[in-house]
Formats: sequence, C-alpha cells, structure tokens
Amino acid sequence: MKLHDLPPGELSRRLNGPGLGLVTGPFVFRINSASGAIASSLATLYPDFPVVGPETFVDFHVAVRSSGGLRRFVRKQVHFEFDSGLRPFKPLPWSQAFAMLEWGMNWCIYSHAHTFMIIHGAVLERDGAAIILPAPSGSGKSTLCAALMTRGWRLLSDELVLIDPEDGHLQPLARPVSLKNRSIEVMRAFAPESFISQPIHDTTKGSVAHMKPSAESVRRIGERVSPSWVVFPRYVANATTRLASVRKSDVFMSLVENAFNYSLLRERGFMAMSQLVERVSGFSAEYGDLDEVIAAIEQRIGVEG
Amino acid sequence: MRHDRSLLVAVLLNPGSVRSLDTAGWGLLIRQARSAQLLARLAVTLIEADLLEATPTAPRRHLCAILEVQLRQQQAVRWEVEHLVDALAERAIPLVLLKGAAYVMAGLKPGRCRLFADLDVLVPRARLGEAELALMLKGWASGHHDAYDERYYRTWMHELPPMRHIRRMSVVDVHHNLTPDTAPLHPDAAKLLAAAVPCPDRSDVFVLAPHDMILHSAVHLFNDGEFDHALRDLFDLYELVELFVHDLTDWQTLIGRAIELDLGRPLFYAQRYLVRVLELDMPAGLDAALGPLGPGAMAVKVLDALFERALQPDHVSCRSPAVDAARSLLYLRGHTLRMPPHLLVPHLVRKSLMRLRDFGEVRVIAQAQKADRP
Repeated sequence: MKLHDLPPGELSRRLNGPGLGLVTGPFVFRINSASGAIASSLATLYPDFPVVGPETFVDFHVAVRSSGGLRRFVRKQVHFEFDSGLRPFKPLPWSQAFAMLEWGMNWCIYSHAHTFMIIHGAVLERDGAAIILPAPSGSGKSTLCAALMTRGWRLLSDELVLIDPEDGHLQPLARPVSLKNRSIEVMRAFAPESFISQPIHDTTKGSVAHMKPSAESVRRIGERVSPSWVVFPRYVANATTRLASVRKSDVFMSLVENAFNYSLLRERGFMAMSQLVERVSGFSAEYGDLDEVIAAIEQRIGVEG
Repeated sequence: MRHDRSLLVAVLLNPGSVRSLDTAGWGLLIRQARSAQLLARLAVTLIEADLLEATPTAPRRHLCAILEVQLRQQQAVRWEVEHLVDALAERAIPLVLLKGAAYVMAGLKPGRCRLFADLDVLVPRARLGEAELALMLKGWASGHHDAYDERYYRTWMHELPPMRHIRRMSVVDVHHNLTPDTAPLHPDAAKLLAAAVPCPDRSDVFVLAPHDMILHSAVHLFNDGEFDHALRDLFDLYELVELFVHDLTDWQTLIGRAIELDLGRPLFYAQRYLVRVLELDMPAGLDAALGPLGPGAMAVKVLDALFERALQPDHVSCRSPAVDAARSLLYLRGHTLRMPPHLLVPHLVRKSLMRLRDFGEVRVIAQAQKADRP
C-alpha cells in the first residue's frame, strides 16, 4: 500500500497514534507526530512511498513532539526524539517540524546504518551511468541535483550516498531534495512543473523547502547501481561552464572528507573507498547556468540529453 | 517480588530462544538492546551461539552495524593506550587501566561486548600531579570546568576532572581510588596497584587483578547514581564472575579480598542481583558467608524492590512509574554514597542552579544566532 492510498484522516490517525510506518529504500521508519505540517508535507512529498502496518520490522522509531509545560503555549518548540528518548538535536521552533523530521531521519541513517559506507552527497543515474556529487555546503550540489532530476535523471539520494562495501553498489533512498535559500526560487523558475513545498524560514540553514522526488525515482527505488562518475559541482555566478578532470587521489581524499563513517569502517572502509575510486572518473564542474552545465555533463558522460 | 524478565535478558541468557521470535519480537529485542546499550553484546552473544546467520536480514543489519562501531572503538582504545603508555613512561608511572579499556586490553569478553567512550586509569595518589603533568605534556587538558567543578573533583572525588586530548578528542579519567574520598567506603588503592597484573603480551600495560576487577565493577555499579546502563554493567559482572570465580573456595577468597578492601557491601549486592536478575548459579553455602556483609533485612527488601526495577532495560517497553521512581531513588542513594549530607545538599543545589544558568545561556546563544542570520 502507498501513502496516497490511505483513506482520508488515516495518515493523521497513524501519526498521532500507533505511528506511520514509512518505507524509504532499505529503511523502515515509524513516525509519530501531532504536527499538522508533518502530515501535510508527508502527504505531498511522499505520496508514492510504501506504508506498512505493525507487522513489519521497523529500523527507526522516531517522533517529532512539542515541548512540554508552558512551552506549549509560548513560542512552541519541536523536539526530534529517537526510540530510547534520545534527543540528538536542540529544539527548533514549531513551524520547522518537517525540516526537523527530515534532518532527524538523515541522522538515524548516518549514525546507525554502518553496514553501508555513507558519504555526504547526492547520487543520480541516467541510462545506467550513476554520478556522485559530494557535498561541501554551498557548492550548489542540491541545486544541480534537483535540476538533473527535473531533466530526466533518476534521483537515488540528495544527501546520503549509501555504498554497499560488499559490491560497491549504490543504494537508492529517493527522499525529497532539500533546497536552501536562493535555490528555491531558482528551481521554481527552472522546473515550474515540479512540486516544491512551502519554504520553512529562519532554520539554522536559512530557508528550506523540499522538492518532491520524480515518479520514476520512487518507482525504481529498489534498483541499485554501480557508480561511474564523481562530479564536483561549483556554482559561480555568471561563470561559463568549465569541466576539468580530477585526479583519482583527489577524488579519494574528497570522498573521505565527506564520508560519515569511513574511519569507523576501518580497513573495510579503506577497501570500499579504494574500489569505488578505481571504478569512477572524477571531474569538476564550475557553472553559472544550469541548462549549460547539464548539457556539458551529459556530453562528457555520453548519455542522451 | 520478582519481575517478569524482559525479552532482552531472556535472549541474552538463552540465545537459542531467538529461534521462536516473530518480526514484532525481533523489533522489540533490537529496541530494548539499543536502549540498554546492550546491542553489541546481543550481536556477540548471537555470533557465539552461531545464530547471527540465521537472524532475519532487517535486524541482522543492526547487529552487524553495531559490531562495526564496537570494532572501531576497540581499535581506537588500543591506539589511545599506546599514547598513554608513551606519556606515562617518561615519568616511569606504570599504566593501570580500569573498566572498558582494561577489558579490551586484557582480552576479556566484556571488552568485545560494550561500547564506551572514556579511558580510565589508576595512578598512585602521591603521583597524581605528576601523571596529570605527563598527560598535559602529550596534549590532554582538562577543559571547560569552572572553579567549582575543579574544587569538586580535586577536594572530594577519586579522580581528576576529565582530560580531553586537544587533537584526538579522547577523554581520560585519571583516578587515584575507586570511590570518592567523601564516600563511606575506603578501599586501599595501594593494595589494588600492588596486585595489578600485566596484560597478555603487554608487559607494560596493567589491569587490576581478577578479583579486584570484580570488586571495582561492583562498587561502580551499586554505589553510583547513574542507572541508565546498570543492566549493561551487571552483564559485565556476570562474565567476570563466570571467568574468575568458580567454586566456594574462589568465593571465599573473593569475600576475604572484599573485606580487606572495604568493599564487602558492593560484593554482597553484586552476588545478590546476579542471582536474582540474571539467575547466575552460585555454590551452596555462599549465603552464610555473604550475609554478614549486607545491610539489615528491611533494607535488603527495599533495595530488592529498587534494584530489580532499575536493572530492567531502559526502554519505553520496560518503563513504568515504579521503575522511574526506583531509578530516581537510586540516583539519590548513589549521591548519598558519594558524599555526606552536609556536602551533598549544597552540591546538588549548586548543580541545579548551574543547570538553570546553562539553560538561559543556550537561549541567549540561540537568539544571537538568529539575529546573525541574513
């Protein structure tokens, strides 16, 4: 059963009661929250994701709750709570509940799912060619990721690259793409047909909005791919598009820098990273215009635009 | 009153019982184990029982993931131990490890089963200053303590304020004894140090002698206020006892050592709750030898009610108002065992005032950050 198949009111009932079992790729979350913003954001951004009942094994039990006491009435706040009652983040204003849920779900994955090597970055695929965009903040990674998705690339993930150390394949999550500040307007203009949620303002990352993953990305969420390219985007206002090869040693170091659990996985991490870097070619992509850089990347990789 | 055993304890004591678990059961087991900080132990227990391969894929991923964390911590501990050996060698202070790091370096099973962050070492009291200096020269510093915290540690406690390495961020607690100076129990740390034994294959790294290790684990568990990982510590004790205490003669030696070190009471509790909570087999005739070490019959009844509740997994599925109340009372009890009331009351008042102040600071910082934003 998909989330949009739930009868009216059922989504809220589950979120307020037994929890909503939501499947995103290899992980099952059970989400509790009384926030109306979370119910409506899930309904609009995750409609095609499978939902499960109490009979399914749940990987992460999470809740987004309001603070107790007087805080319920004055400048209401929201907490992200993990199963044991652990609260890994400081509370945020109530209006930021959905952003908190998304960050919390990412936290669950990168701090527990160590059967994967996890790198901070985006993954997309077209005609069997998968690219990894590692993610120093402000590089324009999410913008380029969202733009590629609206031009027919399949989204595997916007934030978390999940690599199976056994065979080097990448595991899709296909969760919504998080857009920040100016890139929200940029993407509205670039892809008016795509759904972008109402921005949440004044978060620690500025304004945040989420773009719904493409139907194809969600439909093919079970299809893992082997990576073939690592692209280092760099947005520079008004720059002409310039692609340049990146040496394997630099690709290696940059992926290590962006990895969540490279050292935690020890020799296993080193072996997985070495095999990944052996397999891929890296290039940087300085750009000022999205259409131009997408055309250049597709030409370089040799896929049909 | 006996409580129903949690699923987690039942499985850890009888791993074969996982064969009959359904999906919901596996879900509950993993949740209880994670909350009780026993997920790594569960993974190791299932591996040793040859049951990990038969575990359904979804829960198995969590077990394999925690083993990665555990292996990384073991590696990190070994690396930090090398640095500690190096730092203390310059002053010819022998490195005596306590608790987690000791289990890892001595190759004992609890070292493969638990996650921990800090390294604990024991040095002679007379050389405490020298040890601190030696560690400071190699990059460990005790930071972010105000004058009150400094005085709290240096006047009353059995350890220095925690020292964090400025680059590797590892934390070392340097102890000169097992209990605070203000506590009613006064083990003679010189006797502990004199009996310390080298680790296998490491003549330059020492751990407490087996029976002393048990007594330290017991005093740490039963005379401390923090009960959120009590069950984890009880399992460590369970294994140490299984490894080092086999029959009534061993028990009598252990009891003798406990009396010598003024640690009879914690040993009494350890034995009692290993039997009552984890059903460890004990030789006949032991009660007569241990009985005199315990408190009065009334106190034992009360403590049974408290400990047996607090020694449940700290998970929502095992929580109840009675369990919460038991943990709070034991928290207070732990504090009264660290300090006499005329020191304790001002200390707790001061702590809660500082908490209020910190809360205020957090809000100020949050507002300042907000104002900073474009």
